[in-house]
Amino acid sequence: MSNAIETIDLTKQFNGLTAVDKLNISVEQGEVFSLLGPNGAGKTTTISMLCTILKPTLGTAKVNGYDIVKQAKQVRKSIGIVFQDPSIDDRLTGRENLRMHADLYGVPPGEQKARIDRVLKLVELEARADDILRTYSGGMRRRLEIARGLIHYPKVLFLDEPTIGLDPQTREHIWAYIRELRQAHEVTMVLTTHYMEEADMLSDRVGIIDYGKIVALDTPARLKETLEGDVVTVKAGEAEKLSAILASDMGLQNMRISGDNLELKVPKGKTLLPKILEVATRNSIIVEAVSVREPTLEDVFLHYTGREIRAEGSGELHGMAAIKRRAIK
Amino acid sequence: MTEIRGLYTLWLREVKRYLRDRIRIVSSFVQPLLWLVIFGTGIRFSAAISNVTSQGYIFPGIIGQTILFTSMFMGISVIWDREFGFLKEILVAPVSRMSIFLGKMLGDSTDALIQGILVFLLGVLLGIPLTAVMFIEILPIMLLTTFGLVSIGLTLASFIENLESFGAIQSFVNLPLFFLSGALFPVNGPSLPNWLRIASNFNPLTYAVDALRTITLGRSWQPGPIYPLYYDLLVICCFDIAMIIIGTIAFNRRK
Repeated sequence: MSNAIETIDLTKQFNGLTAVDKLNISVEQGEVFSLLGPNGAGKTTTISMLCTILKPTLGTAKVNGYDIVKQAKQVRKSIGIVFQDPSIDDRLTGRENLRMHADLYGVPPGEQKARIDRVLKLVELEARADDILRTYSGGMRRRLEIARGLIHYPKVLFLDEPTIGLDPQTREHIWAYIRELRQAHEVTMVLTTHYMEEADMLSDRVGIIDYGKIVALDTPARLKETLEGDVVTVKAGEAEKLSAILASDMGLQNMRISGDNLELKVPKGKTLLPKILEVATRNSIIVEAVSVREPTLEDVFLHYTGREIRAEGSGELHGMAAIKRRAIK
Repeated sequence: MTEIRGLYTLWLREVKRYLRDRIRIVSSFVQPLLWLVIFGTGIRFSAAISNVTSQGYIFPGIIGQTILFTSMFMGISVIWDREFGFLKEILVAPVSRMSIFLGKMLGDSTDALIQGILVFLLGVLLGIPLTAVMFIEILPIMLLTTFGLVSIGLTLASFIENLESFGAIQSFVNLPLFFLSGALFPVNGPSLPNWLRIASNFNPLTYAVDALRTITLGRSWQPGPIYPLYYDLLVICCFDIAMIIIGTIAFNRRK
């Protein structure tokens, strides 16, 4: 079976500035794929091209087997999009917004009611379905937008910063919906985010994008493994003795002692930990506590780009702008 | 079929939005009322029009003005859709841009037509001599006029980047079109300077007002209609077709 998405040297320039630079990625069917990067890295531009909103300057891509340049209409019909900024009509009710979307995407009139009820139930908005959108909170609007993206049974759902500008509780709610969707409907999902935990928790694979280029692409777990940087902390009264034994018996290096704590930097902390404990027990060293800290995607990002992801200045501004937009209405 | 459903649903959206905006519907009475009562009474003493009341004379002009302002406003409202992101939802839909344009245009035209009808009813209330036959004859003229005018609005909106430019439309488009249309004074009067006469000839609204006036006043007044009715309608239709084509092209631009 072919990939849900395949890009071929996908490139977009704005007035000579390269926003997306010869991107070659493929997304398997049924996969949740994240594009992780700071604001301005080219995430939204990439998604906009895949959704046929923007024309690539060079290269092309196939979405569900359709060419985004030559078969824009078929592409549009087969995808759902949840935009970064709100894109619903706040003078209409939730149900009216959904019905309009169903009409635009050619959902047969006889099926519309059932499908609309179903997606409303999925995002728990049945009770508010007939209220004008102006009375909705930001999180409710977001949920409605996700529901809307699903009415026409898209094969691929694009989520551009799905939780930007939302409070933590609403964010977790939306994550839960995304996970549920994936299990229940086998929708391929492509999401962009600059939140580490979001990419980590939701996706099968993560592409780290910076200056329009993919700098690393793998499962979140393997991305973190490549760092070879688990930190194992062992708390023991005889930390120095343990350190010496570990060095001689297991050939471990990169150890640091602070007080009763022995900190080890190892490639795979979880597999190493039982061995360390075994050595300690054999040498009658009492271990009081252990912990393994995995490197976060944040560490991964730092590793590959040499910068921290939090372009928080612009990031938060973006979030604020999104909130402001919601508030204006 | 998908295209027609898409077109219908966009039409429905515009009409629903309009009908829910009660404040605007109520306020839409106010401006025509001011023109008809204050201005209409005022010029009674200085008008160079014979055989009709000044109110009766400017009445078709005020209908034209209402249609013009409403159409333009509705057309320009696409800027709002863009500003608030809704336009994106429509533009990525698997519906042709032509259908999107037509759905939006027909919806806005319907709203402008309703405004025109309200002004007509206002005229009846004010005692201007109007008949049911006139009402029926006026409907298609109003509707045809709105097509082209809404398309101007939509075209302008596709070039305008922000809401601040909105006021400029009033100064540079609405008022010149209104003043040069013969809404308030005859643009074919014997002593009118040439530049004004020529300028009004290039104004689509001139033909709409002329047609409306031919219906409501007949021919028994001086200086009388500028053109025969069929000629007015022909010009309006050509204007509509041209603007719909231009509007669709303007709407179709993809970066």
